[in-house]
Amino acid sequence: MHFTINGQPHQAEVDIRTTLLDLLREHLSLTGSKKGCDHGQCGACTVLVNGRRINACLTLAVMHQDDEIVTIEGLGTPEKLHPLQAAFVKHDGFQCGYCTPGQICSAVGMLDEVEKGWPSHVSATLDDPDFTNDEIRERMSGNLCRCSAYPNIVDAIREVADAKQPVQAEAAE
Amino acid sequence: MKLFDYAKADSAEAATREGAVADTKFIAGGTNLLDLMKLQIETPARLVYISRLPLGDIEEIDGGGVRIGALVPNSDLAADPIIRERYEVLSRALLAGASGQLRNKASTGGNLLQRTRCYYFYETAARCNKRMPGSGCDAQEGFNRILAVLGTSEQCIATHPSDMAVAMRALDATIVTLGSDGERRRIPIGDFYRLPGDTPDVENVLRAGELITHVELPEPPKGRQTYRKVRDRASYAFALVSVAGIVALEDGKIASARLAFGGLGPMPWRDAAVENALVGQAPSDALFGQAADLLLRDAKGFGSNDFKIPLARRTLIATLKELTA
Repeated sequence: MHFTINGQPHQAEVDIRTTLLDLLREHLSLTGSKKGCDHGQCGACTVLVNGRRINACLTLAVMHQDDEIVTIEGLGTPEKLHPLQAAFVKHDGFQCGYCTPGQICSAVGMLDEVEKGWPSHVSATLDDPDFTNDEIRERMSGNLCRCSAYPNIVDAIREVADAKQPVQAEAAE
Repeated sequence: MKLFDYAKADSAEAATREGAVADTKFIAGGTNLLDLMKLQIETPARLVYISRLPLGDIEEIDGGGVRIGALVPNSDLAADPIIRERYEVLSRALLAGASGQLRNKASTGGNLLQRTRCYYFYETAARCNKRMPGSGCDAQEGFNRILAVLGTSEQCIATHPSDMAVAMRALDATIVTLGSDGERRRIPIGDFYRLPGDTPDVENVLRAGELITHVELPEPPKGRQTYRKVRDRASYAFALVSVAGIVALEDGKIASARLAFGGLGPMPWRDAAVENALVGQAPSDALFGQAADLLLRDAKGFGSNDFKIPLARRTLIATLKELTA
């Protein structure tokens, strides 16, 4: 099977039952994406497929041969962190770190959804909702943190979201 | 996971022919099916991948309604401008379900067909007539907090877990299918699901190989729309009780009422007697209490889910107050 992961072509011979998560971790040594529950409940395996966040544990690798897959390894490097990675470090948005790659991939996808104007369960109006911290908590509810670093995760995401907004405001002017 | 053959469908017609072969399942988002396959609750011999079929659009249709492709992801349906503006109850129901990641993957058709989250259905060491017909039901004397109080049978007390389908039931959706013989069927959502009776493993009226291609919503009904969901966590949890409500007032009286319920029964629940009792009447606490009495006239708890009966009553009354305030 052929895959495009973090902009690079990959090839692997895998059992048809292989999930996207197992392909990444067990066959391509991309172990940044984590296996927590393996049932879509914890979000540790969150990756971006064609820019959208999904649970890599609940999909088959064979279904994603034509897709652009981005994992935590494709977002930043130790030398050049993605803004969300830097913000998680700055705000201490983790303790053990196991959920962090999923949190960050999820936050990237989530902020893109916010930019598209998608509402959430807590939005007072479905049209152009305000992006409050309640919105962050609701939209990130598919990512569990057993260390309960939630307040700092919200702070980290808030900082990146706020840093994006002035740029948009300038562009609008 | 049991080994399976895998095929990718190039057309809906080809998918239905492939799907008619014994022990075959369609896979689209796969978020529920793969979960069940990992646990060997579902063990299909063949999977037919349908996500590349051209069934991903939302379009307006004659008569003021919309046609939703079966492959439209839950996220996209909730965020669609037409759905947000005219069918708020559907956007709200979708946004109240699952997580951002799951909504991005789960399809409209798959959401309708998702299986119950009854603990005993998932626990392969337990007896379950839905998973293994004739084995018995351990839920009835077990931990049945999340299970049904309406429409149950001696064989099964499972609930249907969808939020989306509850809103579609209130909106009188029609499920459009393509059969392996080429026949197109238009199935009102009220006729789509089956009560468990003696065959709780048979959950809907689809035939072998029959593919859901679209869901159609008629012109948006008059009145205010809301989806109220009560659950154990504030987010990312199934409904204990939910209500999709659409109520129109005219001259201080209820002109029309559509009420569908999640978390109470084996299918999205709707009861014409409840709606008929409201129409033509002026909103009042007494009236709403009568409507709740009607809804729950045959309700039966199984111990740890007894609380759902008063909870459903309060949730319905709160919903009606919100919609008539």
